[in-house]
Amino acid sequence: MTEPSLAPPPNQSPEQAPDQAMAAPRNQWRDVWDQFKTHKGAFLGMIVFGLFIVAVLIGPFIWSIDPTYIDIRARNQGPTFAHPLGTDQLGRDMLARMMAGGKVSIAVGITAMALSLLLGTLIGVLAGYFKRLDGPLMRLTDLFLALPLLPLLLVMVMLFREALAARYGPETGVFILIVVAIGITSWMQTARIVRGDVLALKEREFVLAARSIGTPSRRMITRHILPNVLSPVMVSATLGIANAIITESALSFLGLGFPPDFPTWGRLLFDAVDYLQQYPSRVMWPGLAISATVLSVNYIGDGLRDALDPRIRGR
Amino acid sequence: MFTYTLRRLLLAIPTLLFISLIIFLLLDLAPGDPTANLPLTIPPEVKAKIRESLGLGQPIHIRYLLWLKQFLIAEPLHVMDYMFGTDWAMGMQRVISWQTRSPVADIIAQRMPQTLWVVGLSYVIGTLIALPIGIISAYRQYSWFDQIGTFVSMIGYSVPTFFTGVLLIVIFAVNLGWFPSIYDTTHVVTDWDSFLFQVRQMVMPVFVLALYNAAQISRYMRASMLDNLGQDYVRTARAKGMSEKVVVLIHVLRNSMIPVVTVIALGVPTIFGGAIITEQVFKVNGLGQLLITSIYANDIPMVQTLTFIFAVLIVLFNLVADILYGILDPRIRYD
Repeated sequence: MTEPSLAPPPNQSPEQAPDQAMAAPRNQWRDVWDQFKTHKGAFLGMIVFGLFIVAVLIGPFIWSIDPTYIDIRARNQGPTFAHPLGTDQLGRDMLARMMAGGKVSIAVGITAMALSLLLGTLIGVLAGYFKRLDGPLMRLTDLFLALPLLPLLLVMVMLFREALAARYGPETGVFILIVVAIGITSWMQTARIVRGDVLALKEREFVLAARSIGTPSRRMITRHILPNVLSPVMVSATLGIANAIITESALSFLGLGFPPDFPTWGRLLFDAVDYLQQYPSRVMWPGLAISATVLSVNYIGDGLRDALDPRIRGR
Repeated sequence: MFTYTLRRLLLAIPTLLFISLIIFLLLDLAPGDPTANLPLTIPPEVKAKIRESLGLGQPIHIRYLLWLKQFLIAEPLHVMDYMFGTDWAMGMQRVISWQTRSPVADIIAQRMPQTLWVVGLSYVIGTLIALPIGIISAYRQYSWFDQIGTFVSMIGYSVPTFFTGVLLIVIFAVNLGWFPSIYDTTHVVTDWDSFLFQVRQMVMPVFVLALYNAAQISRYMRASMLDNLGQDYVRTARAKGMSEKVVVLIHVLRNSMIPVVTVIALGVPTIFGGAIITEQVFKVNGLGQLLITSIYANDIPMVQTLTFIFAVLIVLFNLVADILYGILDPRIRYD
């Protein structure tokens, strides 16, 4: 939101109060951040998620074993100094594979979330702002909500995998397919929330004022509506990442995700299930990584929801 | 209320027709040919015959209408014939699975009991656990019970079922050996021992799904109770001198059950289709596993039928949820 909040920041302790008159007007995002920090789970979640991102981005430069390097003599090893998480049935280093897999899983999560957010916000804003589009677009949303999503996702992946893999190469093709498939099956909640908020915003005075000076619809949406629906969109963004990571690993787990030599956390888990009896630890690492990421993202979402709600903030 | 129900039912028909069209087109326009994997030694004219026998010869709109007729008229008539011994469906062609060459409806009927038992039971148990947890968590907000309850429900909500399932198998089937890791569907309950075996093999899948369902429902229950506990009528009830038990369990609970009941109703379709992953982990051969195997085998009639049945259930239970909302909350009137 663009306007700075002029009201005195409510969440300052009494001993800070004398300085307050001198202090510069606080930015609203600063307030949000202060409230966010008080939510322990969310703060911890952000640290964990940040660590995961750093690990998958910078980790491969420090731990420079190639995740696809096959060392058949060193297969099925337990944790050693050479391989801290052990090796798999072909002697590939599990730590390197975990980092490579995490990069793909998190990338899928973030890209699919961005796509579903884009679709959801677009449809929500159009439906809420233009009365003529409201009926058809919301019927479309209801229709999508009535589709059995996981079965359809599976069907889509099964049907289009070969074609896309042939066109863009096996990895990129499947990446595009999975991101698009998850994106177009998960935008409905965002669209509904955004539409509701836009409908309420449209009746506010500042919108009336903007319209009275002749602001065209396009600028109205980008300048006045969109910044004000940012907070619900941010909350659904975090939930969207969690949802997309789980969906991607579920698809990989069912054997309908990325090709076998291309690690993702779901794929690693799926491969390790065959060796469940002998090497249970190989199931643990990818499973724990997925769970920890999703848990931390969900906590971030919880904290954001509280921090962005002005009724809760400052109490 | 009645006219509303009727209107919604009528409105559901075009929705379902549209969904059936989407499912049909998605499967039909997709690249890939069901006869592509046949040996190359089969002469082209025989291949054309095979395609014809699979119903692929005609143009697409004719095939869509034929599929609708088979699915909406022939199949229900066959099911009625079977149940009441009539013979209305004499000679009508059924939807045949490409994989097994038997009618799709028969296979679904065989798979249904396993899904209903395992997944249905887990849903009931999950709901029964979730409601008291949600109520106590909200009533004693920020107590240790609430802290633990919300943490566990956050975990149950975040940890994917394929990991909880595998984790349970590692701990209880591999290390401790208490429960079998594979669900034996051919097992017949005849006496006490076989009943115990049935219970033991059901414990893990039911637990995994119950945890997941309970996590979601208890979050809703807690939020809804918290919304209601701060309302003025609660203070009024207390001021009138009602006991805490009456206030919480009668006044607040009834009001906060309204959204929760609809959430529970909306979750019912997942009983039939959703537990795909859990069924796959524990090798329960229910509907979800049937869907997966037919997807692997490119068995398009089976996939179409199952997906469409799931869609019908979702639309139906959306309607049920809306009607329940109207019945439970007298402030909501649809007419």
